[in-house]
Amino acid sequence: MRVKSYKKLAAISVITGSVLFSSACSDANSTSGSKKSGDSNTISITFRDGGGTNKGLTDWLNNDIIPEFKKEHPKANIKLSPISASEGDYFAKVALMLKSDQSAPDIVTEDTFMVNSDASAGYLEPLDDKLKGWDEWNQYIDNVKNGVKAQDGKTYGVPFNTDSRGLWYNKELFKKAGLPVPWEPKSWDDILTAARTIKKKDPGVIPLWMNSGKATGEGTSMQTFEMLLYGTKDPLYDEGKGKWIVNSQGLLDTYTFIDTIYKEKLGPNLSQVLNGQGGTIAYTQLMPKGKLAIGLDGIWQAGNYRKDGPAPWPDAFKTLGYTAMPTQNGEEPGQTSMSGGWAFSIPKKSDNKDLSWEFIKFISTKENNLKLLLKENNLSPREDVSKESEYLNLPMFKEATEFLEHTHFRPSVDKYPSVSTVIQSTVEDVVTGKSSPKQAVENYQKNVTRVVGKDKVIER
Amino acid sequence: MVSPSTSVGRTSSPHKSNHKKLVTSLLFLLPSWILLLIFFIGPILLTFYFAFTNLSLTGSEAQATQFVGFSNFVNMFQDPNFRISVIKTIVYLLFSAIVGQQILGFILALLMKEKNPAFRRVIGIIVIAGWVTPEIVVAFCWVAFLNDSGTLNMILQQIGLKPVAWLFTFPMTSVIIANIWHGTAFSMLVFQAALDDVPKSIEEAAVVDGASRFQVLYKIVLPMIKGSVVTNMILVTLQTLGVFTLIYAMTGGGPGTSTQTLPIFMYNQAFVNYQLGYGTAISLILLLIGVLVSLLYLKSMKVKV
Repeated sequence: MRVKSYKKLAAISVITGSVLFSSACSDANSTSGSKKSGDSNTISITFRDGGGTNKGLTDWLNNDIIPEFKKEHPKANIKLSPISASEGDYFAKVALMLKSDQSAPDIVTEDTFMVNSDASAGYLEPLDDKLKGWDEWNQYIDNVKNGVKAQDGKTYGVPFNTDSRGLWYNKELFKKAGLPVPWEPKSWDDILTAARTIKKKDPGVIPLWMNSGKATGEGTSMQTFEMLLYGTKDPLYDEGKGKWIVNSQGLLDTYTFIDTIYKEKLGPNLSQVLNGQGGTIAYTQLMPKGKLAIGLDGIWQAGNYRKDGPAPWPDAFKTLGYTAMPTQNGEEPGQTSMSGGWAFSIPKKSDNKDLSWEFIKFISTKENNLKLLLKENNLSPREDVSKESEYLNLPMFKEATEFLEHTHFRPSVDKYPSVSTVIQSTVEDVVTGKSSPKQAVENYQKNVTRVVGKDKVIER
Repeated sequence: MVSPSTSVGRTSSPHKSNHKKLVTSLLFLLPSWILLLIFFIGPILLTFYFAFTNLSLTGSEAQATQFVGFSNFVNMFQDPNFRISVIKTIVYLLFSAIVGQQILGFILALLMKEKNPAFRRVIGIIVIAGWVTPEIVVAFCWVAFLNDSGTLNMILQQIGLKPVAWLFTFPMTSVIIANIWHGTAFSMLVFQAALDDVPKSIEEAAVVDGASRFQVLYKIVLPMIKGSVVTNMILVTLQTLGVFTLIYAMTGGGPGTSTQTLPIFMYNQAFVNYQLGYGTAISLILLLIGVLVSLLYLKSMKVKV
């Protein structure tokens, strides 16, 4: 009996052992398959795609860039390794990829708010020495250059786009409701008045859409919360003191505005807006169908309505207006905006930094950058591109470029991404009625203090 | 491969051969043990270590991870979101694992006992279909069924009722029902096997002595299958405690925090807020809860394992 059970045990051990071994081996094989070949002519480039995201960037790389680059570097082999993920997951995946020699790509596209954080983590290669010898760097707008600088003062990326945010509105719905066109709101109250009027005159229409949930990630922090907060007297971060402002009238007023929108039902249904696809639905379905009156969002939404965009709409810009976001009570300078953008960075663990840099220089020339922006519908980080008539003729680009005059950039502090997620969850709590604006400020204070440390926060 | 050792065992003295058997078996066991050590015990020890650091996915801490003592745990117990998550986890566990899967599984098994085999097979297959479906597919099916323009709302509209945003109005109920649908088959199978093992003669004897059907069930059958009940309870509890995919795919832990159970909270802290150390500390608490609940079951049911 005992012999038999030993036998059984031994047999089971051997089987599980060999299964585990073989699975371990096959794992090693599969990772080595995706590993960089190590040959000096291959570079891989990682960006976010899937679900129509970055279609412009992908097209541009495949059709405009790679064939041209190969003419200059016949041996070069450019491998695209896109990540299909939601915005929030993209950054986590990139961070994990950059950690390891095995998986780090040679070029990665980073949202500029992550550059500082990933640079502080030691994932990215400083580019200062390379930039010194590159005569086109002085064409880049200073503000945008600051966005790719980390706390150590070094530059970690070459921006390829930037953006600005404002209020999209449907002129026809405004006229129908008896509201002035063109619309130039002077304060938050003007926005609320317009939204209330729409609700009263046209109950089937959603008066105002702003990203309000955790699922829309950075879109909630930047397009909604910061667009409001930076219109008050209290920004997110005190640059002079180097501290986060965790309790201020501005914070309370911001949460109160958001609360008012949902309490008075001036916004969309929660099931629509708390969805990761919410923004897409708002601008590709509701807006063209005349079901949405006002939307607080970025210039890139204009790209939806192009002939080859996700929701072609030839008359879009006869119907739609794009106006600046006012400050809270019309304080100087009367309007506000937020800007971000994306950059090409070279990971520290890239094994082909020289060719990667050649590639970045090539794709960042005036001609190539212009080609990208015409496809992407984003603003250019280069001054010379912004003056091109082809660029200025893009619908709403004149307005969006004007917003840049009074725009703000997110604090370039490595803790920003974590603070941003606190913003998203507190906003969702207010929207769902889980906490009052006052409680939201308290939660914000508590959680931000935990994330950044007690010595890095102040109250106002 | 093992035959040489057994043939030796038959010829030599039993004591000596047993010793030899032991060595041989240990030798065969060695690969599994080494692998278990590397892939199971190692990560658990690492979890303990990381729970006391400020390990981060990005930012300066990713480069210079420091030992921070108990501060992750102090923060956790001060974090109102953690408290909410513990409560959500208990609610989810209670209704989906204990009330839902256990009781429903038992009732199904009981109703199917001694029924026509063809009937048993058909019902069994239907119930098990939920169980064999991968969690992510279950989540997708339920989202398709419950969402704003989903099947359920279409039916409601057909019969003239107003559609309901189920996943937003009743998020916890939705994920609990989905998990019950997914997991009941397991309990049903365990209870079926246990009930089939209860000798018919005992039940008949009890009936002859004048016991009602309920008394037979409560006084005779349940005590006899107590071991299976506890085992099933522990397995279902541990499985439900760790449910992530289903909830994350259906509601993402929302709206707000209404379905934010501990696994979701842990994921958010580790991979959305990039605080791996904090996330690890939460996972440790989750582990602890699992152990405590299991011990509680064993103790309260007075079953020895």
